[in-house]
Amino acid sequence: MESLWVAKTGLEAQQTRMTVISQNLANVNTTGYKRARALFEDLLYQNVVQAGGLTSQQSEAPTGLNLGTGVRVVATDKQFSQGNLVTTENAFDIAIQGRGFFEIRLPDGTQAYSRDGTFQLDADGQLVTSSGYTLEPAITIPPGAQTVTVGSDGVVSVSLPGQSDSVQVGTLQLVDFVNPAGLQPRGENLYLETVASGPPQPGTPGLNGLGLLVQGALETSNVNVVEELVNMIETQRAYEMASRAISTSDRMLEHVTNNL
Amino acid sequence: MDRLIYVAMNGAKQLMQAQSLVANNLANAGTNGFRADLARFSAMPVQGPGYATRVNSVARGLGFDTTPGTLVDTGNPLDVAIEGSGWIAVQAPDGTEALTRDGALRINALGLLETRRGDLVLGDNGPIAIPPHVELVIGRDGTISIVPQGQGAETLAQVGRIKLVDPDPATLEKRPDGRVQVAGGEPADADGRVRLVSGFIESSNVNGAEMLVGMIELARQFEIEVRMMRVADENASRAADLIRMA
Repeated sequence: MESLWVAKTGLEAQQTRMTVISQNLANVNTTGYKRARALFEDLLYQNVVQAGGLTSQQSEAPTGLNLGTGVRVVATDKQFSQGNLVTTENAFDIAIQGRGFFEIRLPDGTQAYSRDGTFQLDADGQLVTSSGYTLEPAITIPPGAQTVTVGSDGVVSVSLPGQSDSVQVGTLQLVDFVNPAGLQPRGENLYLETVASGPPQPGTPGLNGLGLLVQGALETSNVNVVEELVNMIETQRAYEMASRAISTSDRMLEHVTNNL
Repeated sequence: MDRLIYVAMNGAKQLMQAQSLVANNLANAGTNGFRADLARFSAMPVQGPGYATRVNSVARGLGFDTTPGTLVDTGNPLDVAIEGSGWIAVQAPDGTEALTRDGALRINALGLLETRRGDLVLGDNGPIAIPPHVELVIGRDGTISIVPQGQGAETLAQVGRIKLVDPDPATLEKRPDGRVQVAGGEPADADGRVRLVSGFIESSNVNGAEMLVGMIELARQFEIEVRMMRVADENASRAADLIRMA
């Protein structure tokens, strides 16, 4: 019986949507997290009666009968809207206000991109992410630095003991993509370049549409809890209706086996 | 055996098909821009020798429901929804023009505007290319303007206009791949009256309650058909008993 399988695709799709919603809710406090959403499309239609088919030499069927075969998840995409900035007063917390990503070098030498600006120093004085991956271009803070200042345009300067002038130690760069929604999420707040995202375009913060840097602040997750809860209710109801279609189909079959 | 059983069997089979249509509508209750499919039953008398006592029922498609769905606020400038009637013209993979109400658009790797299925959105002169930009605004009539990358907010460049159409609903049909098209795949004329709203997405227009009620009705009707098959069986067995007694 077809309706059983059609309704099953509905259950699967709603289940995937529920996974996406739980993932968003679980990451409501993840720095730099961008919320995802599941998008569906209808599956192929079965042409039972062809519209316009000839019913005789002079007449044709005015309407056909096309039976759909269900639904599938076509995409789960990320919404790159700006999250709120919270001030932490930590010198190595850097938030991006506007477009752009930090470029991170992974241990295998490849590049990843992140909006999570929770940086720390490693044993060599290099700026690294919480997972220990180095920021590109590498910034090394000399030992004994008293204060570290990151300008909104990415210039990093330190004041050293016994020196009145601050010393510039490097410049932070941001990269942008034509289509950030096409980036592939990798986990650990990192994204990877794909064909759909386009190649990375490095630039100076604040120029060419890139965002500015804010030192001592972090970007919160852009998950809207209320919206996710409403989505959850909608998903649950859709799931219930699809499972109702399954139980009804089942009862029809049961009726046949019991009564014939 | 009595021909009654075949009429009942045919009715049950048609009801199962209609049930699958309802299940498909329910499965797509969360598909953006989805239009619920409609079906009706028509009577088909069986012609042949003797009296025309047998009337089969035949399920026929009735196109789809054109009622607009609910607009859901997403805040994403690339999500567009059509207010009232109208369609967004897109290019299907086979090159013909198809229509969609699913306005969750995105920019592909080549910088062209496309739907989630990967159909290019058509402008006045074919697909619309979106250059790298800082801001993107889609106007009520489908006009797309951007602030190009490296420029200030004072330079707003118009890059194209989404082709919005509103053909006669009677000429529309669903293709086997779920896309809607004007019968025969003919391109429709752009219509300036269709209004678009950016930052919203149109939900499916499937009415869950209506579908559930329809499903119950079909299931009960199905039980009646099965009962008729049972009756035909009982009649035949009675007749056999009589013959045996004689």
